[in-house]
Amino acid sequence: MEISNVQFTKEMRKTHTILAPSMAPIQFSLLVQVLAQEGYRVKLLTNEGPQVVQKGLKYVHNDTCYPALLVIGQMIDALDSGMYDNSKVALAITQTGGGCRASNYIHLLKKALIRAGYENIPVLSLNFKGLNKNSGFSITYPMLKKGLAALLYGDTLMLLKNQSKVYEVTPSSSDDLVDSWVRKLNEQFSANKGSSFREIRKNTRQIVKDFAAIEKDRSRPVVKVGIVGEIYMKYAALGNNHLEDFLFSQSCEVMIPGILGFMLYAIQNQIEDVRLYGGSLLRKAVMKALLRYLSRLEKMIIEEIGNNSDFTPPRFFHESVSTAKEAVSISCKMGEGWLLTGEMRDLYALGYTNIICVQPFGCLPNHIVGKGMIKKLKELDESINIVPIDYDPGATKVNQENRIKLMLAVANERRLEEKQ
Amino acid sequence: MTIGLDIGSTTIKCVVVDEYNQIVFSHYERHYSQIAKIGTKLLTHIYKNVIKTKKAKMMISGSAGMGIADRCNIPFVQEVYATRVATKKIVPDCDVVIELGGEDAKILFFNQGMEVRMNGSCAGGTGAFIDQMASLLDIPLDQFDSYASKGEKTYTIASRCGVFAKSDIQPLLNQGAKKTDLATSIFQAVVNQTIAGLAQGRPIKGTVVYLGGPLTFMENLRTHFDNTLKTKGICPQNSLLFVALGAAYCATGEIDLEKTISQFSKQEHSENIVFLPPLFADEKEYQQFSERHNKESIVQTSYDKDHPRSYIGIDAGSTTIKVVALNEKKELFYSYYRSNSGSPVDSVKNILTEIYEKFPNIEIKGSAVTGYGEHLIENAFGVDTGIVETVAHLKAAQFVCPDVEFVIDIGGQDIKCFKIHNKTVDSIYLNEACSSGCGSFLQTFAQSLGYDIKDFSRKGLFAPRPVDLGSRCTVFMNSSVKQAQKEGVSVEDISAGLSISVVKNALYKVIRVSSSDQLGAHVVAQGGTFHNDAVLRSFEQELGREVIRPSISGLMGAFGAALHSMTLPVEKSTIISKEGLKRFTHTVKNVNCKLCTNHCQLTINTFFPQGKYISGNRCERPLAKGASHDEINIYQWKIDRLNQLDIFDHDRIDENTIGIPLGLNMYELIYFWQPFFSSLGKKVVLSPPSTRQLYIKGQATITSDTLCFPAKLMHGHIQTLLDYGVKKIFYPVMTYNLEENRGDNRFNCPVVAYYPEVLQSSIDQLQTIDFIHFPLDLERVKQYPKKLHRQLKQYFPELTVSMVRHAVDSGFEGYRAYKKELQEEGMRIVSLARKQKKNIIVLAGRPYHGDPEVHHGIDKLLTSLDCAVVSEDSLILDEKKYPANVLNQWTYHARLYQVAHYVTHEDDMNLVQLVSFGCGVDAITTDEVREILESEGKMYTQIKIDEITNLGAVKIRLRSLLSTVNSNQKRMR
Repeated sequence: MEISNVQFTKEMRKTHTILAPSMAPIQFSLLVQVLAQEGYRVKLLTNEGPQVVQKGLKYVHNDTCYPALLVIGQMIDALDSGMYDNSKVALAITQTGGGCRASNYIHLLKKALIRAGYENIPVLSLNFKGLNKNSGFSITYPMLKKGLAALLYGDTLMLLKNQSKVYEVTPSSSDDLVDSWVRKLNEQFSANKGSSFREIRKNTRQIVKDFAAIEKDRSRPVVKVGIVGEIYMKYAALGNNHLEDFLFSQSCEVMIPGILGFMLYAIQNQIEDVRLYGGSLLRKAVMKALLRYLSRLEKMIIEEIGNNSDFTPPRFFHESVSTAKEAVSISCKMGEGWLLTGEMRDLYALGYTNIICVQPFGCLPNHIVGKGMIKKLKELDESINIVPIDYDPGATKVNQENRIKLMLAVANERRLEEKQ
Repeated sequence: MTIGLDIGSTTIKCVVVDEYNQIVFSHYERHYSQIAKIGTKLLTHIYKNVIKTKKAKMMISGSAGMGIADRCNIPFVQEVYATRVATKKIVPDCDVVIELGGEDAKILFFNQGMEVRMNGSCAGGTGAFIDQMASLLDIPLDQFDSYASKGEKTYTIASRCGVFAKSDIQPLLNQGAKKTDLATSIFQAVVNQTIAGLAQGRPIKGTVVYLGGPLTFMENLRTHFDNTLKTKGICPQNSLLFVALGAAYCATGEIDLEKTISQFSKQEHSENIVFLPPLFADEKEYQQFSERHNKESIVQTSYDKDHPRSYIGIDAGSTTIKVVALNEKKELFYSYYRSNSGSPVDSVKNILTEIYEKFPNIEIKGSAVTGYGEHLIENAFGVDTGIVETVAHLKAAQFVCPDVEFVIDIGGQDIKCFKIHNKTVDSIYLNEACSSGCGSFLQTFAQSLGYDIKDFSRKGLFAPRPVDLGSRCTVFMNSSVKQAQKEGVSVEDISAGLSISVVKNALYKVIRVSSSDQLGAHVVAQGGTFHNDAVLRSFEQELGREVIRPSISGLMGAFGAALHSMTLPVEKSTIISKEGLKRFTHTVKNVNCKLCTNHCQLTINTFFPQGKYISGNRCERPLAKGASHDEINIYQWKIDRLNQLDIFDHDRIDENTIGIPLGLNMYELIYFWQPFFSSLGKKVVLSPPSTRQLYIKGQATITSDTLCFPAKLMHGHIQTLLDYGVKKIFYPVMTYNLEENRGDNRFNCPVVAYYPEVLQSSIDQLQTIDFIHFPLDLERVKQYPKKLHRQLKQYFPELTVSMVRHAVDSGFEGYRAYKKELQEEGMRIVSLARKQKKNIIVLAGRPYHGDPEVHHGIDKLLTSLDCAVVSEDSLILDEKKYPANVLNQWTYHARLYQVAHYVTHEDDMNLVQLVSFGCGVDAITTDEVREILESEGKMYTQIKIDEITNLGAVKIRLRSLLSTVNSNQKRMR
């Protein structure tokens, strides 16, 4: 099989629609707008259903990680649907570029496209490592700046929505507030506003106030549950069978660590690499500066949440690093690496003692930093209540929910014990 | 009064307790997926005869109860939690509960932070597994326990999942192992599975309570647990009802029983089941389909006394025996197709007797046997020759369709497919052990639902809405069926859905087609499973084209063997005579081979009047057929070379000794670390190459059951070193491998890179010694020796930077010397093989596939088939970087691509890739290696390995490969 490299050219910006998988819905819907203002027409895929998995199984090696199978199945399903003019469509996929298999998603996608007869569709790789460059797509400074702001807003909106929803007196008031903020932020972005430090602070403060103003019934018996795991599975409802919704239906308050943490983690790893093994000191210095810059933003957001509401703000990244170190070496940097272990400890420290670790079938890093660390985490924090849940094309929702219910039963018992 | 209702995967259990928590009523019944009907009846009985009022407290539990509870508005309690509530009340001093259910295995720890472990979605069933094994062995379930109590010998049966275990048992059966021994081995496998899969490093001690059906009914199973855990567990009264009792104890709110019963009886399908279009629109469509397929493609006739010259073909399959007899015109006058009832020798004896009785003057001119039991039957009855299954099937398929381009054969427990190019087998696809649920899967499923397989599959033909059950391994399918059942899907729709799943499994998991054009225009579908019209129909539907199913589709292997026997240059067949058959006896003896360290368990079959067959051997030595082939086997050389290191001596362990586990990347890097540490004045002791015992030693601390086997073995290696009394164990975390300039990066796979972290976290004893596992990049150590020095200093304060620098030099010297030696040896084998005109097989994998417990002696199997064996790292390859269609970023995997390119230029070389089950990276490499080879017209052969020790399927694959290679070579000459 010869894989040709169909380029996404400058001209295609005007003519082509870029189809991209949706991962974290709030963050990604904001990002799409940022790209739109730079002249790209991006559409997030939301098609679901059994045919998505079927197509994944048909065109991707069945032992491949489940997220790849889903994302590629979803793209081919979209191309098959007839909803798009396939001669004017490009696909976009993220590429992490580490020792994990996920770096190979783009190649799996290209192979699958050939098998499905779509070899002429250009594929864009979204990465920061200069892999698989395309002439028609380049990351510009305004894009980066707005994109970063979009992610930060998205993280905050997700966090506050998850802390409000289960208590809301008027159904869907939290979701409506998220929608209205997404609209508001999009308007700001198109007026080239909303991405400076000052503006982010101003907006965040208002977001916090708005969520605090939602009428809530705090007397409800609620279990606090954290979700960690492989990044796609953690956020994407297509991957985790609408886990957030299921947890809301079981009266849970949910906490999912944000995307900012993953970015900080990727930067931290570069610093750590040089520290451990040697290498370019310049690179280390640049990364340190970047880490400092992002940490400043992180601090501002945490303070805005903490100072203006009762909501639980996320933990500081530097705290994650030091608590993670107690369980696992932070040289484990493939996939979600040590961050996954660290997030479990963070959640515990923040009061989310019940944790679901979503494991996609065939995810190698998760064997190490997910399942492999559970025993250790229990030794460190005896009352941590973790359940690893496996996701794959054959696993049934009923089985997954049954396991989660067991975890919740234990959680409820503890909650009652604590009350007494 | 309070009702506790436990709806499990196979049974329904119910208790009614009074206000003093005394049981006033209890019931236990298999529900055969008719939950609504049986539940309604049960509740009505309770209402009318037990409680007699409308108001009662009630709680539902059980894996199949969740949906029903939701829809009937009855509170639900998770079943494990219910168990715990009941246990706390009934056995208050309980420390650990082990509960085996229909398809679940659970361990509950009560102390130090209550903890519950349930089997993962990949670990297979336990109760259902024993059911399945009992029907496989043809033992009534109620006698299984007494069979097991008479067992004397325990065979190694893979415990990772039910399907694996099954593929271990089937060949043992075919080799004549005793049923009593197998029954006891199955119990032991269940015990190992439960402990390895669930304990995950947590010791099981204190008061152990056994619950659930299998442990209640099977005393001997409890004994196996007792012996393994070195304890005496309790199986309390009402042990079957604990979940129901727990549910009753948890119940709070009152319900209206009358209303509940009416809601219960109205159970309908819920939304989350996916249905597929029916197989046939109407009766007429089915008739057209039947007519098309019933066309005689092979002439069946009756025996003609005046033409007694005949040819016999035998196909001794995994679960069935198929025999045909042909006359000289290739017409079939006798056929037999039946289950082998676990004893192929007896079956064949009866068949041959029948043939001699039915056709007294028969003159057998030739005979051939194929299938799993090929060698056993060949030796038992003096059959003229054996023939590889794939070749037999090809011959038969070409008889019915000379232009055949693709043959798919779905048999009892295997799927064999091959593409035909230029009249020879081009590529072969066999199902790996993990997806072997084929015909026998349908059969056991039919039985578990209480149907005969024929009736069961016929039911599916006109199912209005076949249920979509997915296309993965059968264990997953089991839970999909479970879900469908609990949603009240009809047996018809389940039957059709299962047939469709079998087809999808074959197409997308085994063959991996993406379009039907890949199979070609002429497809022959055969094997017993295609007798099943539902399977055949869904195959045509899925492919979108018509295929040929021969009228004797289940007999094609035997037919091909008979055709083959016609071409033999013999005058009269050597097959056992009528008289010989009367005196025929068969005895089986088990011994341990002592000829090498493998200590294979041999099964010796002795036949009277003549014949002897030994099985279970991994090499030719116990058969004394010629000398060993070690001189043309690089894998043997690698082990010998390790032994020369002289670091296995663990008699004198002191403070100065450093233990190193022999596994994963250490198979290669030990040649660095040994000289490195000796240069620092330290003594290295290495754990020995893996054995089964070593694996068992570490299995209790394995944290993830879907992990690759080589990584799981590390637990045993660490445990061995700890048992030696070593005070320091060295095993660094290595994100990066060494630079070999073949790929775009030099990563290790995540498991190789970070496994020390898992060991550190899961093995408690490691906290008591120095487990040295700092992060290290060996490539950059040359440039930054201070960094290594800083790490080492924590453990060895006396070291200086210059000592470390010097040691690094010695390490690299040793490593390079080894690599050079390895390649010289590889090239020596290649040139020797060329002199002897042998086929050369590149058995390609990773360095740690050199572990005999990992490769299971596949190297010796190859040499016994007259091949020379080299490995991916033992050939001198060019330094060229080939463009790859994937991100080529792992050092070990880059070698695979490189060697694949190399093999395409060498006529007498073929590549066989070893792939560990659960190896995620190989999902990428296998496709890429296949594409490299096939783009240059080479065959690609992949062998998946796991705990599994049986080499039957591997042998078929390798023999087919060689038979194709040889016939290609002949044609080229």
